[in-house]
Amino acid sequence: MTGVTLPGQTGVPAAESGPMVHAEQVHKSFGSIEVLKGIDLQVRAGEVCCLLGPSGSGKSTFLRCINHLEKINAGWIRVDGELIGYRERGGKLHEMREKEVAAQRRAIGMVFQRFNLFPHKTALENVTEAPLLVRKEKRAEVRERAAALLERVGLGDKLGNYPSQLSGGQQQRVAIARALAMKPKLMLFDEPTSALDPELVGEVLDVMKDLAHDGMTMIVVTHEIGFAREVGDSLVFMDNGVVVESGNPREVIADPKHERTKAFLAKVL
Amino acid sequence: MSVDTDKSARARPEPIQAVPVRHPGRWVAVAVIGVLVAMFVHLLVTNQAFNWSFMIDNMFRPPIVAGVRGSIALLVTSMLIGIVLGVVIAIMRLSENPVLRGVSWAYTWFFRAVPRLVLAILFGNLGILWARIEFGLPFDRQIGALFGIQDFEARLFGFSAVDILTGFVAGMLALGLSEAAYMAEIIRAGIQSVDEGQTEAAQALGMNRGQILRRIVLPQAMRVIVPPTGNETIAMLKDTSLVAFVPVSAELFFQLRAVGSRTFQVFPMLVAATIWYLLLTSVLLAGQHYLERHFAKGTSRAGQAKARLRGMAVGGGGATGGGGGV
Repeated sequence: MTGVTLPGQTGVPAAESGPMVHAEQVHKSFGSIEVLKGIDLQVRAGEVCCLLGPSGSGKSTFLRCINHLEKINAGWIRVDGELIGYRERGGKLHEMREKEVAAQRRAIGMVFQRFNLFPHKTALENVTEAPLLVRKEKRAEVRERAAALLERVGLGDKLGNYPSQLSGGQQQRVAIARALAMKPKLMLFDEPTSALDPELVGEVLDVMKDLAHDGMTMIVVTHEIGFAREVGDSLVFMDNGVVVESGNPREVIADPKHERTKAFLAKVL
Repeated sequence: MSVDTDKSARARPEPIQAVPVRHPGRWVAVAVIGVLVAMFVHLLVTNQAFNWSFMIDNMFRPPIVAGVRGSIALLVTSMLIGIVLGVVIAIMRLSENPVLRGVSWAYTWFFRAVPRLVLAILFGNLGILWARIEFGLPFDRQIGALFGIQDFEARLFGFSAVDILTGFVAGMLALGLSEAAYMAEIIRAGIQSVDEGQTEAAQALGMNRGQILRRIVLPQAMRVIVPPTGNETIAMLKDTSLVAFVPVSAELFFQLRAVGSRTFQVFPMLVAATIWYLLLTSVLLAGQHYLERHFAKGTSRAGQAKARLRGMAVGGGGATGGGGGV
């Protein structure tokens, strides 16, 4: 694979025992359209960071860059000190092999807007699949942990149900349990409640709150201002591929400094 | 009070007792079909050319049963080649490597363009190209000549082309290689029908490409792959009769025709062939049914979900628009 050089080549600082997620100058283009125009972000371990912004602002794309579902064009992202998608060797960056990327993703859980449960597997099998296949753990152990996780998200009685037999809220809770089964140190939520009927949103947010209280590091792309205000430790408002404003969620929501943030919050509140 | 009784009276009206619509056209159709069926049965029973006793007598003779076994063996082996090679070619077609994509395209193009009958006869005559088929270092003579060694040979093993490429193997290769081209297209369509989000979710869990294909994508693609594959299998059962021209003798149609031409009872043996193929196809259809049911697991076509769907359709009439699953 060819080495990728960075703009300004001094580029990537050495790994440090700093933030759980540290992104600098992240750029991403789809063809000629630049979706991310230099995103900086730091999320400490145990922090809940909410990404807010109008649709098309690039927040979901940025989230997908963190676990390398999208390749970034410039800048860098570190998770727990480890550079995502690339290896530094002799002052140059080398693309990681598919296997190494897969290994990095194991520690990063992701929850999708459309759940993306495996429809041919039961709720329990959805949760046990990756630990068995990827982590090669013992079947009995995984089964026990998966059942406990499903119990924790309130689905202890749905182990044998297929996704098509579950409501949207239940499916999303299975998806959260599935991600947690890999014992991640970071959880990414990509609009986890946007595809849900209004009366089902609460049950998913409750599970996420519970997770936050347990000290999980979370980055949440959401339109749920109430969740951001109540659970968030930090809020990042993005628009048009850049971070417009960030800070304490309660302060930003109560008193936005930037015109764009004001206009957006006026519409959604 | 009067309002209450009024309400309960409106809640439960008399069941409707209307005169049903008459369908005279249906009775005409039944009458016409009845007459046609009667004529057909009459033909079967009275026409001596059918020679039923002769047909039943000869239909289950050992050479014929051996022919059935040969046809089934040919069906199974050529479909196996077709499916395994088809998966490989489909994956090549979806690969990011342009060379593999090109090879896959060319393979599909060639084997879909040439008729199976032509392929079968062509493979039966490949012995004309090589007397022996040998495996070893390619271009060994040329390499030997390069280094000044006369008659340098680096061959591990080989066999006579006439031995290996007669009959069964030639027919199997012709049918199997041709089938692979069709199966590749079916499998490609199946893989592409699986939602992209499935791959992403599996990637996010740290699975690699092989694991995703094997455990997540292919099982779901099977739902799309199985019905046309059943079709292909039935078509293949019938196409096994083409290898009679390779020629392969351990095959059903060859054996039935042989009896027919030896005894001058051609027609009864053609009827026997029809009946044999009907029987075998019916067995395949039953197998397909169970396969489809297996791979419908977790989808709305599976039994439980169907029951739930019915329940929703009944209950959903009055309820405020419930969203339900995706």
